[in-house]
Amino acid sequence: MSDKKIKVLIAKPGLDGHDRGAKIIARGLRDAGFEVVYTGLHQTPEEIVATSIQEDVDVIGVSSLAGAHMYLFPRIIELLVEKGADDIPVFGGGIIPEDDIPVLLKAGIKAVFTPGSPVDETINWIRENVV
Amino acid sequence: MFTKETVERVAERHQEWEKLLAKSLAKAPERLERFSTISDEEIKNIYTPEDVDELDYDKDLGFPGQFPYTRGVQASMHRGRLWTMRQFAGMGGAEETNARFHYLMDHGETGLSTAFDMPTLMGYDSDNPISLGEVGKCGVAIDTLADMEILFEGIPMDKVTTSMTINPPAAILLAMYIAVAEKKGVGRDKIGGTIQNDMLKEFIAQKTFMLPPEPSMRIIVDTVEFCTKEVPRWNSISISGYHIREAGSTAVQELAFTIADGVGYVQACVDRGMDVDDFAPRLSYFFNAHVDFFEEIAKYRAARRMWARIMRDRFGAKNPKSLLLRFHTQTAGCSLTAQQPYNNVVRTSFQALSSVLGGTQSLHTNSLDETLSLPTEHAVTIALRTQQIIGEEIGVTNTIDPLAGSYFIESLTNEMESKALDYIQKIDDMGGILKAIDVGFPQKEIADAAYNYQRQVDEGEKTIVGVNKYQMDETLKVDLLTIDPVVERRQHQRLAKIKETRDAAKVEACLKAIENASRGTDNLMPHLIEAVKSYVSVQEICDCWRKVYGRYTDPGMF
Repeated sequence: MSDKKIKVLIAKPGLDGHDRGAKIIARGLRDAGFEVVYTGLHQTPEEIVATSIQEDVDVIGVSSLAGAHMYLFPRIIELLVEKGADDIPVFGGGIIPEDDIPVLLKAGIKAVFTPGSPVDETINWIRENVV
Repeated sequence: MFTKETVERVAERHQEWEKLLAKSLAKAPERLERFSTISDEEIKNIYTPEDVDELDYDKDLGFPGQFPYTRGVQASMHRGRLWTMRQFAGMGGAEETNARFHYLMDHGETGLSTAFDMPTLMGYDSDNPISLGEVGKCGVAIDTLADMEILFEGIPMDKVTTSMTINPPAAILLAMYIAVAEKKGVGRDKIGGTIQNDMLKEFIAQKTFMLPPEPSMRIIVDTVEFCTKEVPRWNSISISGYHIREAGSTAVQELAFTIADGVGYVQACVDRGMDVDDFAPRLSYFFNAHVDFFEEIAKYRAARRMWARIMRDRFGAKNPKSLLLRFHTQTAGCSLTAQQPYNNVVRTSFQALSSVLGGTQSLHTNSLDETLSLPTEHAVTIALRTQQIIGEEIGVTNTIDPLAGSYFIESLTNEMESKALDYIQKIDDMGGILKAIDVGFPQKEIADAAYNYQRQVDEGEKTIVGVNKYQMDETLKVDLLTIDPVVERRQHQRLAKIKETRDAAKVEACLKAIENASRGTDNLMPHLIEAVKSYVSVQEICDCWRKVYGRYTDPGMF
């Protein structure tokens, strides 16, 4: 396992087009030695879950900046459970008000990175939490 | 600007000063190894007449309202009339947004600016499963004319101008605006405003795209052609650098790609057979006001000069109005921090000031809470007051283009122009902006710049107060605006009722007419106006386009 690269899916759920953060994270993770799959924009939760299973990823990162995270993030967890793929941890990022974070964590999102988080924070979290 | 003798004398003095400086630096070095703008452009320790010795006042600056318009597009600039204070607003349903419009106008706002929710922006109705969780979240939900009628209730559409930030369905929203105005007895020749209608920057940066580039351009040219003939006070495209910058570009890239987009639109309209002087006066621009104060001012000044020269020399425009780069500005959303959010008021003030000193025609100042949610009434009031303080309290509008003649500003203006022109040349060599977008050129340049900046921030080379320096443990709580889930239900109900009560045969006929026009060459606008008046929904029209033209999907490069 230690020789195998950790495979990360970076996903943009919903209609939001703000992809600056997602792309920076994707590139930062790739530069840090992870294998990165980026879904591109405008993915439904169903598409994201299907891609994560098909690509056999170790962890999913989802990004939202247009206010739909409270529906979209938990929906991805729900679908992973339905497909029996809830062993894949999901972390989130974007414009997420502080009060929403405990709700998302309760819904099964493992970590939330908000604006101002250095890329290294995400890298370290994956290294520590994904095996 | 200076005689040869003056420059030579300055050069001598400069050398003397370098010696003096070297002594002082031997004792205490400069704070940084390298001083650079937020765009990573290196800045020298001092600027002198040596840096602008070739600058020709007559040729390169002129007077405000005169070619090449470096000093401003109107003769009297802000002494005649301040910029339009236009706060971008939209949240929940038409009811909530209409209330915000009235609140802002009651407090001195002078123009309206509409933010739509993601489903509307992407051409989906509120009842589509893809819209779940997104209705009314980042702007107002508009499905049919019924929503638009509520949105503009009590707004004097013959007096107030309205900007609508809408792109793939821009033509539909313009059709709705015309329809609502006409219902109120205001003719289409009397309304004024702007649709963003700039798809090129969507492919490059904001990524709210629906159809492939070619049909997107065709619909845009249809709106330009229609407005030129029938809606003479309407700005048919707001050529936007704002989103390019927010996506992480440098200032030069923002300037270059935006003007390259402008060139692309003008060329497309000329290719349609339109006379440049008929439509160019109604093209407008939209720039970002980012944190690097002087770089931004230089950017606006360079933009005006570049556009005037391009329109005159490249497109042969003769009408002076065709040469004017009139622009709206929004302070940089991406510069706001969730940490210590009250600092955002200060950032926004400086950014707004740069756009005023740069000669803006219209301005939106971000609210302190916009890094977290749509603004509350309290936050938006401070943002509006910021503009009023700049306009009426601090004296910066007493004279026109006050920074002209500054060695630094003029040198920076020249430098930005020359670097942006290099980019435009590169894009021309690729075969134009559509080709450049197709190979991902601007997208890649922006992604590289964004990544470079993030690296500089992560490594502390660039400071963001409260984020990578001067952090505090405690979080200052601000009240945030939330969107009531009732909005989504209300939209569903209203749309269901409309679909039940409208004339189904008429709807069918309108959609058929739009499909035929889309497949042929008929201008789409009259068909769209007819359709929205019959309460055909945004999605029904967009579905028709998606069927005819296919969809554009993100290539997903990173």
